[in-house]
Amino acid sequence: MTTTEPRIMPMGMAINEAMDVAMGLDEKVFLLGEDIAEPSGGVYKITKGLSTKYGTDRVRKTPISETAIIGAAVGAAIAGYKPVAEIMIMDFIGVCLDQITNHAAKIRYMSGGQTTVPMVIRTSAGAGRGFGAQHSELLEAFAVHSPGMKVAIPSNPADAKGLLISSIFDADPVLFVEPMLMYWDPAYAGEVPAGDYRVPLGKANTVVEGKDVSLISYGRQVHTCKKAAEELAAEGISAEVIDLRSIVPYDEAAVMASVSKTKRAVVVHEAVTRCGFGAELSSRIHEELFGTLAAPVQRVGGKNIPIPYASNLEKAFLPQVADVVAAVKRTNK
Amino acid sequence: MATTNRPDAPDRDALLRMFEIQQKIKTADERFRAMLTSGQVQLIYYSPRGQECISAGYAVHLRPDDYVVTIYRGLHDHIAKGVPMRELWAEFLGRGTGTCKGKGGPMHVTHPKSGLMVTTGIVGAGIPIANGFGLAAKLSGTDQVTVVNFGDGASNIGAFHEGLNMAAVWKLPVIFVCQNNLYGEHTPMAMSTGVEYISERASSYGMPGVTVNGNDPVAMWKVAGEAVARARAGEGPTLIEARTYRFWGHLMGDAMEYMPKEERKAAMAADPLPAFRAWLLDNGHANEAQLTEIEDQIKALVDDAVEFAMNSPEPPMDELYTDVYEEIIK
Ligand SMILES: Cc1ncc(C[n+]2csc(CCOP(=O)(O)OP(=O)(O)O)c2C)c(N)n1
Ligand SMILES: [Mg+2]
Repeated sequence: MTTTEPRIMPMGMAINEAMDVAMGLDEKVFLLGEDIAEPSGGVYKITKGLSTKYGTDRVRKTPISETAIIGAAVGAAIAGYKPVAEIMIMDFIGVCLDQITNHAAKIRYMSGGQTTVPMVIRTSAGAGRGFGAQHSELLEAFAVHSPGMKVAIPSNPADAKGLLISSIFDADPVLFVEPMLMYWDPAYAGEVPAGDYRVPLGKANTVVEGKDVSLISYGRQVHTCKKAAEELAAEGISAEVIDLRSIVPYDEAAVMASVSKTKRAVVVHEAVTRCGFGAELSSRIHEELFGTLAAPVQRVGGKNIPIPYASNLEKAFLPQVADVVAAVKRTNK
Repeated sequence: MATTNRPDAPDRDALLRMFEIQQKIKTADERFRAMLTSGQVQLIYYSPRGQECISAGYAVHLRPDDYVVTIYRGLHDHIAKGVPMRELWAEFLGRGTGTCKGKGGPMHVTHPKSGLMVTTGIVGAGIPIANGFGLAAKLSGTDQVTVVNFGDGASNIGAFHEGLNMAAVWKLPVIFVCQNNLYGEHTPMAMSTGVEYISERASSYGMPGVTVNGNDPVAMWKVAGEAVARARAGEGPTLIEARTYRFWGHLMGDAMEYMPKEERKAAMAADPLPAFRAWLLDNGHANEAQLTEIEDQIKALVDDAVEFAMNSPEPPMDELYTDVYEEIIK
């Protein structure tokens, strides 16, 4: 019998591996973005080594020109390539929103299916680092609201790799949101399968099984939910934690099955609560399961404010374990 | 070009004011870096060390009611425009006594009382906003001018091109100061920019463009003075490309592996601040005692600001929802 060392790695390395695998599999895959080539290898080192391995034709460092980056990816995708464009930090998407919502998202439909845009926009996001209002925000809701765009947000290294490879080979444009705080933090490291490992979009993962309440989340806040589930368990409340992994498409069957069982749901994300994806999810649960719910669905998200700089206020912006626990209690009155 | 009769060289007063601004920036910067390195404070910090002469060179031409717009690497511009040192430090450290109650942080320092109107973390985004300040001054018939600062990298973003064109077409009283430190984050200018001199871009928008050695205080003073005079006289905008160098890379903690060691060593050896100090002495603009006195005062000013900021409390929690709108809307 042979034993192999488990491949434990941080999310940053898993994302690097996903791009490496995809570029090895298909020469139509190429990367473009600011500072992504050597010697820098990306400001967060996510593309480290790739320009050396695949050359600067396929790992292209760009000027600081977000509109031109996404536009070039859209055009190349229509022309048969599979571009992976990096927008360094999610807030900068505001600069190139037109290319995403009016072009990447709509082109398949507007052309009656003649032209398609199989591209990925990788971007990092998240508060908690003292970067202030313009470098911390999760803005996935805009893409959910742009039919034509898919959206994936991983919560662990294996999913990051598997979802990214799936996204790169998907037939449609995918916004791939990487929780920045998880890139290199060993606390979030995990085992990652080798080679061409794929996790399909639209398939949720039940992270913790439970019977009293469903905590539905994605990205880094899955970990907040896991901690909340532990606290609740100590009080005799059995919480199920569902990691959606992608929100367009999202695994509605898994959500409805879980909530049908528990009859209570709390949806949790880091983006501001108002008009966040949680609002959509909460609506859908009410539409489908109104009669079976024991309590209204609760939402926990970022506060409805720009992200503050001062660390005490920034912390108060973010969803906390206590907020999730309190929301669960509200479903139990 | 300028309509007013302007002196060719700064007088003694202007020289000493530039010296003072430069030293304030340098002293504050050195203290930030020391406190970061020793772990006393933790923050994201984009050092402006090496670029001080640019801010000092334009600031001495400005009035308190003129406007300045700058970027995340903005400490030098904040200080040059006269943002008070205590509130500036408190903002950098996220304290409730900061210029923005600790809500904005270093990347968003704002102090309208000093004319420091916007600090943005989005590359190039200040440029169109500066046009708005210029337009407001023009519409109200004042002779206020606006200086907008940005980097070489920012000249590749759409906002730069749209902004310069509009400013020229509308003859706005705006001075576009491109602080060209030769790098945008980890990318050398030559790898991202199709022209050798960013000032060349001005002509395609129909405005004057000039490249100046941003590390030469007198040259910078002269070029900025002409641009400010033109703007005040209603003759329109100017693009100034001020060449300089960032001594500490993009941000503190940057491994700087993409910057040739020799290049950085040479730039630091040619530090414009000690050179200017020596020049002032050699040319009899000041004596040692005068300069030492200025330096001592600045040291005391920074000591006081550090103490003020370190002893200031974090913002109160009830500030969480204030300032989102005029009234509280949750
Ligand atoms: C629109 C946008 N894209 C990317 C970034 C990330 N970023 C921050 S600073 C920077 C480099 C800017 O270089 P330059 O304009 O030369 O200014 P410098 O930092 O050298 O002063 C980049 C790419 C950003 N803040 N905003
Ligand atoms: Mg630069």
